[in-house]
Amino acid sequence: MTAVALPSRAARYSYSARILGWGTAAVCLLAMEAVIRIGWISQFIVPPPSEIAASFGRLILEEHIIRRFFYTVGECLAAGAMITVCGIAVGVLLCRYGLFRKAYETWIAALASAPFVLAYPLFMVIFGRNAWAIIVMGFVSGLPPVILKTIEGISGTRRVLVNVGRSFNLSGSQQVWKILFPAALPTIFVGVRLGLIFALINIVGTEFLINFGGLGQLITDLAERYDLAGTYAAICFVILVSILFFMVLERVERWLRPVD
Amino acid sequence: MAEAGRLTRVHAPPPVLNPVMLLRVALVLALLMIWELLARSGWLYRDVVPSLFKVAAAVEDLLTTKDYYFNLGVTSAEIGAALLIGGLSGIAVGLLLGANRFLAKAYEPFLYYLGPTPKIIFFPVMIMWFGVGPESKVALGTLSCFFPVALNVAAGMRQIDKVLIRVGESFRATASDMVFKIYLPAMRHPIINGVRLGFGFALIGTLLAETKLSNKGIGFLIIQAYSTFDMPRMYAMLIILFVLAFGANAAIGRLGGLETIKRT
Repeated sequence: MTAVALPSRAARYSYSARILGWGTAAVCLLAMEAVIRIGWISQFIVPPPSEIAASFGRLILEEHIIRRFFYTVGECLAAGAMITVCGIAVGVLLCRYGLFRKAYETWIAALASAPFVLAYPLFMVIFGRNAWAIIVMGFVSGLPPVILKTIEGISGTRRVLVNVGRSFNLSGSQQVWKILFPAALPTIFVGVRLGLIFALINIVGTEFLINFGGLGQLITDLAERYDLAGTYAAICFVILVSILFFMVLERVERWLRPVD
Repeated sequence: MAEAGRLTRVHAPPPVLNPVMLLRVALVLALLMIWELLARSGWLYRDVVPSLFKVAAAVEDLLTTKDYYFNLGVTSAEIGAALLIGGLSGIAVGLLLGANRFLAKAYEPFLYYLGPTPKIIFFPVMIMWFGVGPESKVALGTLSCFFPVALNVAAGMRQIDKVLIRVGESFRATASDMVFKIYLPAMRHPIINGVRLGFGFALIGTLLAETKLSNKGIGFLIIQAYSTFDMPRMYAMLIILFVLAFGANAAIGRLGGLETIKRT
């Protein structure tokens, strides 16, 4: 007879906490359904959760939510590529020229918390009401964390690794690509992850505000048509997409992090 | 009272024109020059990049207009209300989750994953719930502010020195004594940081909501300037807004004595 391993106390603790969390969410949804069906909350303000769930099919077939999802993802990837290339390049340059780093690092840190999204009318004036305005909006808001984390990663490279590179007579670019960059990659990815999250938030937000593009525009469209269940379902879809995006980036970051 | 018997080394202040400062001045001047050249070049549509002189005149014009201060007052009141409601509820939830590991394990993942979602998409829902007036803007600001405050406070509470908690327990402190005499004073730093973050998010949420649907407030003025293509005025408002946002952020840190807190 094979012995069945019993879950440890910590695992049981974690499992029951998870049950409590998801159970509460399920109870809340059921309570909402009941309260709305009874009429304590007007269906014209909050549609029943079952109706919201049912309207997902309509969003896929009639509103082409999948195509819109890929449109938004495309904008995010374009902004992400620009953020990664420019952020890492600027970070490496600032590390190489210490004086520039001293002069501008605090400014870049201040820019990381600047409310760029409020300047979206400015981007519309410069680029027009098109995808480029949205992509540049995402790029500007996501760039500072990548620069800051690149600086942090490169300057935190262990001295012994740099010395090994020197002992092999590596050139400046070889030192960057073979020693500094691989050593700093986990920290740089933390910056890329933050940058991509900022970019996604700003891209969906701008799409919603200027009524152009993918998922953000869909929410505006549905709200203007007073399609309540559709609006709530689209909002839920955007939340799911951002959670998924966040989880995938977290996984990649964990995969890149060195084992201590 | 004068201090006696202590020798202090006098540090010479760094020269004003050090290379770092020169580089900073050079960057600002270069950017201003590029801006002015673009404005005068005629490469872009007229007024897309207006002359700096026009923008400066618009800033002066705004700062002397009574209407601007009325709208600034409306937006400030909305942000203040959002910060108050979102901040207090965030602190309460953060304290609860920080004090109880089981509850944190159950509910914190929801906050953690909902925190980074774009909050502006909830605006249609807020309009349905609270109407098109300032209430919906306050609600969106509150929602934006709640998550960073709650997560910061919960994380800060878990970092409190256990000795302080044991001291409170050995004095048989009540729950409210523990909150007001141990937890809150020990968590000044994360709370102020959370409120600073929350302020930034409340500001963004409120102003974006105003740009989407409103008839008063700074967000409304910005989008009105955009709709009438009054670019110098729009740039002037954005400049003043960014200055005010940075100033308020710094003031919250200073009022909370953030720079005087000794970090271990």
